[in-house]
Amino acid sequence: MALEVRSEFAQAMIALFEARADLVFITGDLGYLALEGVAQAYGERFINAGVAEQNAISFAAGLARVGHQPWLYSAAVFTVLRGYEQIRNDVCLHDLPVKLVGNGGGYGYGIMGATHHALEDVGALRALPNMTLYVPLLGTDVAQAVNEMAADPRPNYLRLGAAAKIPGEIPPFAAWRRLKQGQSCVVIGTGPVLQGLYELAPELLDELEIWCVGMFPLADLPDELLTSLKEKRRVFTIEEHYRACGLGEALSYLLLQRGAAPESLLCLSAAGYPSGRYGSQRFHQEESGLAGQPLVAIVEEFLRG
Amino acid sequence: MLEERVFSVKRRFLAMYKKANAGHIGSSLSCAEILVFLQFAWMTGDDTLVLSKGHAAAALYSLFAEAELLSTAQIDSYYEEGTGLPALPPFSGIKEIPFATGSLGHGLSLSAGMTFGSRLNREKRRFFCVTSDGELDEGSVWEAALFIAHHKLTDLIWVVDRNQIQAIGRTEDVLALEPLDAKLRAFGFHVLSVDGHDFASLLMARDECLRVWDTQAVPVVIIANTVKGHGLSYMQDTVDSHYLPMSDAQYEQALAELTRAHAAAVNGARSAV
Repeated sequence: MALEVRSEFAQAMIALFEARADLVFITGDLGYLALEGVAQAYGERFINAGVAEQNAISFAAGLARVGHQPWLYSAAVFTVLRGYEQIRNDVCLHDLPVKLVGNGGGYGYGIMGATHHALEDVGALRALPNMTLYVPLLGTDVAQAVNEMAADPRPNYLRLGAAAKIPGEIPPFAAWRRLKQGQSCVVIGTGPVLQGLYELAPELLDELEIWCVGMFPLADLPDELLTSLKEKRRVFTIEEHYRACGLGEALSYLLLQRGAAPESLLCLSAAGYPSGRYGSQRFHQEESGLAGQPLVAIVEEFLRG
Repeated sequence: MLEERVFSVKRRFLAMYKKANAGHIGSSLSCAEILVFLQFAWMTGDDTLVLSKGHAAAALYSLFAEAELLSTAQIDSYYEEGTGLPALPPFSGIKEIPFATGSLGHGLSLSAGMTFGSRLNREKRRFFCVTSDGELDEGSVWEAALFIAHHKLTDLIWVVDRNQIQAIGRTEDVLALEPLDAKLRAFGFHVLSVDGHDFASLLMARDECLRVWDTQAVPVVIIANTVKGHGLSYMQDTVDSHYLPMSDAQYEQALAELTRAHAAAVNGARSAV
């Protein structure tokens, strides 16, 4: 599990508390060995609302209605899906500054199994009005995402995962970031699953120009990306999320709209549980072709094709 | 005088329902006295009403018109294309409506949030949340009840409109709630059971709340025993009263019965405040 990012998140929340007086932190009874410092810093403004996400979300909306900025933390799947109608009606319809935080995006909870994985959180929230999603890539992105969310007077969701280790100079957190240049193919991905690409053989990796999406709804395509798309004409996307309503679908619309439809497009996404067996986050990523040898095979074939 | 207020509120929403050819009349009639009592005999300053049973929105709009918070033009627009007053409370445009309700099981949690937030703001502000009884089928209500009791949110006053009928059946036939008072007591509430159509009974509940809070930090729930479609002989205590609009003849009958009941109440046949 993504202990490192939870720690980054907790530190960012503590730093934020020193800067503003309207924060309230709510946990759905999760955050062991992560939120203790937050609880201590926030005092009466830290609430463990128990294992009751529906109440916690409406409660947060009520807090926001009387001037507070509530942050609600739980496992991504519980944060987003257990009280989805509460998010829809009480938070998004009213455009209130409720900050939802989901730990373990994608297969982040690994061996905990399917009930703890969040493979549809981005799609579910992307469908709601007024909601902006933040998906950090690096550990250092978390504080910046937290600060941007705090400055936004509207609903947000923070999808926490593992901290990716990406070589080279990476620009600070943004809606669009180019992680590296490449020869023949544009890759657009979101979240730490992008790290798997850096395990490809150097000659394969050299082919890939890699972009990272940090926010949803997708911001318009940057000019440099548009230029690359028109030159290279081959695109694949990668996300630790079901294909339905995910990055690939959102991007497809944007590509068509901007006249940048590629000659070939491949959307790599979470396949669920094809073998019916369970394992680590890595195990599930590999089963979905998002990491390891399965990813190598898919990328090789795509580049040959 | 509360009797005059409720007579006016009921006449207004019956006219709204008739013009709109709309249902949920029974739901509004069961909570009319409750809403009038809260608005005109209990709430002050920044106190806020949350009608969690949003399907009685016509009663709420009529109440707000009575309190001069909504205009006649707004009331006349009820149910019209492009209205600001839809069948259930809207999310925008009316500052006295803090949240769109009607999807059941939200209001109590929303009220808990506003109450807790006001406590953090060091404001003395009360929130009155009126739920239905069928709404208590929603698990989120019980999540909220646990939370309210745990945090001793005494500035949240919860009123259950206990009219015994939910959408398509009687509560005790669909998903039994009784013994409701014992359940709520076990959750940590001070439970008051009153006649939800009788202002004297509601006044006793208000005074009892004040007495309780003098000595204990315990949240209060008022079970207001009511009759769906109260006061209209042809519809009261029926499932139909949840759905059916009024014919011309029924509307005439409703006004006549309402007027007779009002006259009797004013003449002292009914407890007045």
